[in-house]
Amino acid sequence: MGEIDIFSLSFILSVLRVSTPLIFAAQAGLLSEKSGVVQIGLEGFMLAGAFSGAVFAHLTHSSYLGFLMAFVCGACASFLFSLLVVRLKTDAIVAGTGFNFLMVGLIPFLTKFIFNSTGSTPPIPIELRLSYEVTVFAFAVVLGIYFLISKTRWGYWIQFAGEYPDGLTACGVSVDKVRWVSVFLCGGLAALGGASLSLFLSSAYSPLMTGGRGFIALSALILGKWKPLPTLMGCLVFGVFDALQIRLQGVPINGFTIPVQWIQILPYVLTIVLLAGFFGRSQAPAYLGKR
Amino acid sequence: MFIKCILALFLFASLGQTAEKLKIGLVLDKGGKEDKSFNSAAYQGASLAEKELGIELKYVEATDVNSIENLHRQFAKKKFDLVIGIGFAQQDAVKKVAVQNPDTKFVIVDGEVSASNVRSLMFEEHQGSFLVGYLAAMKSKTKKVGYIGGMDIPLIRRFAVGFEAGVKHFDKSFTILENYIGITADSWNNPAKAKELALNQYQQGADIIFVAAGASNSGVFDAAEEKKKLVIGVDSNQNWMKPGFILTSMLKRVDQGVYATIKDLKEGKFTSGTVRYGLKDKGIDYAMDKYNEKLVTAADVKKLDAIKADIISGKIVVPDFYLMKKK
Repeated sequence: MGEIDIFSLSFILSVLRVSTPLIFAAQAGLLSEKSGVVQIGLEGFMLAGAFSGAVFAHLTHSSYLGFLMAFVCGACASFLFSLLVVRLKTDAIVAGTGFNFLMVGLIPFLTKFIFNSTGSTPPIPIELRLSYEVTVFAFAVVLGIYFLISKTRWGYWIQFAGEYPDGLTACGVSVDKVRWVSVFLCGGLAALGGASLSLFLSSAYSPLMTGGRGFIALSALILGKWKPLPTLMGCLVFGVFDALQIRLQGVPINGFTIPVQWIQILPYVLTIVLLAGFFGRSQAPAYLGKR
Repeated sequence: MFIKCILALFLFASLGQTAEKLKIGLVLDKGGKEDKSFNSAAYQGASLAEKELGIELKYVEATDVNSIENLHRQFAKKKFDLVIGIGFAQQDAVKKVAVQNPDTKFVIVDGEVSASNVRSLMFEEHQGSFLVGYLAAMKSKTKKVGYIGGMDIPLIRRFAVGFEAGVKHFDKSFTILENYIGITADSWNNPAKAKELALNQYQQGADIIFVAAGASNSGVFDAAEEKKKLVIGVDSNQNWMKPGFILTSMLKRVDQGVYATIKDLKEGKFTSGTVRYGLKDKGIDYAMDKYNEKLVTAADVKKLDAIKADIISGKIVVPDFYLMKKK
């Protein structure tokens, strides 16, 4: 077995690849949670994005259009979520869980209609597939959200909606409106995370392909204390461990090979250890989840 | 008299028509009908039986492990004649439901259940893996080949051990990289992760990868296409999915097993116990078609067939992970 090459270009590229969907999803979650809406529906939004991205890229023969349509579809799907949580004041955990299940069930239903198959969508040819421009765009999104949150009036509104909604109301700004918009952007961005899975990291949508990445993104968000740049770092930390996990499998250390399962649980153990307070108190928005 | 004859004939014909069709229930694994691999093969076998044997086929996809037992129970309750469980994960469910429903016949693929109304279909995956391992070694230029499995479980280890033995049979100095995708059922549906593992193996110098990971396989095919390397598919014939990059596919003819079992039932020859499919009866094989005829030459096929004959005759004994475990 080869030695582990942590400082090589290929390792860095691998980290960037596996982090890309996480970066989108974590920033999406940040927008929603900053405005006070608990967001565990990221997985569902990602699935919607992975699916719609693959479908539109297949139909239009353009992955860029597919990527764009993933944003649109994810954002539209967010209306349902907002209707339940923002308008009808449903418990966001319940609604988010339901939303995830809805997407798991709805997509095979749609694929049956479009492609007469409950499985994956037709593959996207290699010349159409997206590449690292997606990752670059993900970093741009982080900067954009950083700017939005800390430098613009809308950003302050979003923060107020999460920290002190009564203050926002007193200024004559509708809290619900701010939350609708935040969740709208959240849906779109998380869907881009999904689309980067189906158009960049692989070549088609296959059922349940997100594999828990929405929840990993959520823990990256908590790790980053609900701040855009630290959240990005959180995503990269998970990326590093995932890429490391791939390289550590079956590599003997002093003649002793660690069982694969132990290496595979690394990212999950890390989540628990880090969230258990290694990085100090994580400060959630004060009104997160309160109505 | 003549009229009576006609009437009798007529009666006969109508009797034949109203005779109840055999009802067959198929419980697919999480990979689903369209995984282009293991489950697809099972579905093809059953739908061929539907077309040719005139049975009534209903299929369901088990979305999670907990639903499997219920699906079997539902079929049994609706008085289906035969319920087919696809995949090792269904073994316990079949064991339980079969005892409670002695009137229904059950089939389990990739698992063994001993009951008077259950037939177990086992495939000698290690033999086929040995064969494709030998082919991979013949074709490798870097003396390094890779194996990617879905999950680290005995069934998938069996592929790995056979593959490794095949490679080493060709040349002992070969290095074999071995990776597994995940630890949950998501592993069979995670092409992005599979691709990442494959890119890493190719980067480490492997030029041919054998992958046994259900619907995750497509990720490895993508990696092969991107890096212009070779890959070996599994279960169904996957050569068509990326022509020019898929060296061959190790066939596990679940379709054949399922079809044969339905046929046996129809002809009243259903028996319980374990039926093993291997190279001998072409239940296990490697795929040759127009998509890979340029990659595998006639001379290669000749060598492979010699190895195949040696395995069948017992001259080459392929290590079987199932037996290694018991030692």
